[in-house]
Amino acid sequence: MHPAPSVIFFTVFSGVGFGLLTFLGLGYPGVTGFTAFAFFFIAYLAAVGGLISSTFHLGHPERALKAFTQWRSSWLSREGWCAVIALLTMALYGAGLVFFDQRWELLGLIGAAFSVLTVFTTSMIYTQLKTIPRWNSPLTPVMFLSYSLAAGALLSGQEPWAIILLLIASATQISLWMQGDGAFARSGTTLATATGLGPRGDVRAFEPPHTGTNYLLKEFAFTVGRKHSQKVRIISIVLMAGIPILFLLPPFSHFLAALAVASHVAGALASRWLFFAEAEHVVGLYYGKR
Amino acid sequence: MTTLPTSTQKKLGLVIDLDTCVGCHACVISCKGWNTENYGAALSDTDAYGANPSGTFLNRVHSYEVQPAQGEAQLIHFPKSCLHCEDAPCVTVCPTGASYKRVEDGIVLVNESDCIGCGLCAWACPYGAREMDAVEKVMKKCTLCVDRIYNENLPEEDREPACVRTCPSGARHFGDFADPDSNVSKLSAERGGMNLMPEQGTKPVNKYLPPRPKDTLAVPEGDIDILAPYLEPVAQEAKGFLGWLDKTLEKI
Repeated sequence: MHPAPSVIFFTVFSGVGFGLLTFLGLGYPGVTGFTAFAFFFIAYLAAVGGLISSTFHLGHPERALKAFTQWRSSWLSREGWCAVIALLTMALYGAGLVFFDQRWELLGLIGAAFSVLTVFTTSMIYTQLKTIPRWNSPLTPVMFLSYSLAAGALLSGQEPWAIILLLIASATQISLWMQGDGAFARSGTTLATATGLGPRGDVRAFEPPHTGTNYLLKEFAFTVGRKHSQKVRIISIVLMAGIPILFLLPPFSHFLAALAVASHVAGALASRWLFFAEAEHVVGLYYGKR
Repeated sequence: MTTLPTSTQKKLGLVIDLDTCVGCHACVISCKGWNTENYGAALSDTDAYGANPSGTFLNRVHSYEVQPAQGEAQLIHFPKSCLHCEDAPCVTVCPTGASYKRVEDGIVLVNESDCIGCGLCAWACPYGAREMDAVEKVMKKCTLCVDRIYNENLPEEDREPACVRTCPSGARHFGDFADPDSNVSKLSAERGGMNLMPEQGTKPVNKYLPPRPKDTLAVPEGDIDILAPYLEPVAQEAKGFLGWLDKTLEKI
């Protein structure tokens, strides 16, 4: 799959933002006034920034409101609803903390639940696709959720939770990679089933429909990422979890915490780039490509 | 609504005969022509006369080589367009309702004025039947020439999809699969019409007819051609300088 920067930024930063909102909604850290404002500012910057970034890959962003209509069937539409509900609820809850020194617990819990649901619905957009066997796994939502909650714990300064969640995120990510490596073969879709010519002999793509490229090849047959896949995997795990955990072990300092967050986000971006870059769409088979 | 209808009154679709397709790409061109001039946004070309031309097509013809365990390899031309699936995954993923499957005839269409160009339907389609137009930024797909098949301004013989109408070898057939006595239902039953990627669970309406087995050449004992003896190589062992060069290069 073509790793579009807008979608990589969107999934990573909305994950970070909604992860932090989840912790804030649950009352961690229990801050009010200006400190609360600072936390909410960071969370909204990431969540809303991510959502805005996602509209950059739309052909007609001016029609984006129409995406709220099909929540009955479409995960993308459900994601829109969850995001808006989470942001509005958390805005009220945040206003209580910042301006009235009040913690409206129920509102926080609802906001936290919808923040988690937003990340889950995002992950289901990818998980539902049978055409991309690497993503079509129950581990995909677990990976998205564990990344988001780990970032939330990291940003909200919940060190023990951050370390545990970073370890869970790494374990999920590594299992998803290992499972994903054989997913295409296990899906049973081959050039033989794609053409129906399998029973007649070995099928080989002889001539593509045209000499130039096309939308399908640009969007689905991205092969650059797979070449360095193992290196990117190691780099992303070290940056995403390894370095942040090391920085969290000594007594707390804002400087080390900031470095931990920066390193985590860099690692998450690398891993998300790979999530797209090494995912193979079955349509590539028709072109003799993967 | 992008929920799929539980059943459709008709199941309009195509039968594509892989035995008779000669790979001339006439269906590709007539499809592009009709759909650029009629329903919805034109199918754009970018850098058409430059170094890296690219364009939107709703129908493309691939060619595959099939090597049986025994016997000669066979070349099979393979036209591919939207299969108007009964369980169309492209429809349910659409967030805006722009993608829909018609209850009356089962045609899968895109309402272009509702399409936000997110591309998710193209991701969900295993067949590569949907292409985002690079200029219009909306999703384009085969409409089964919905603006021809019901068009009473056209002569009756033209009221079928452009690709079917134009095919010079009669490899494409249009009809209603819900009617067991239709031309397409009968053809598909007689010739073992098959589904592409059945494991994807899309239940395609369009069916592909497998190529018939090739005739076996009656090769006489010995030579395959009476002229073969006259075609024997005349080159002898190289002598002189060339001979030396040959030996030397051989040693390196």
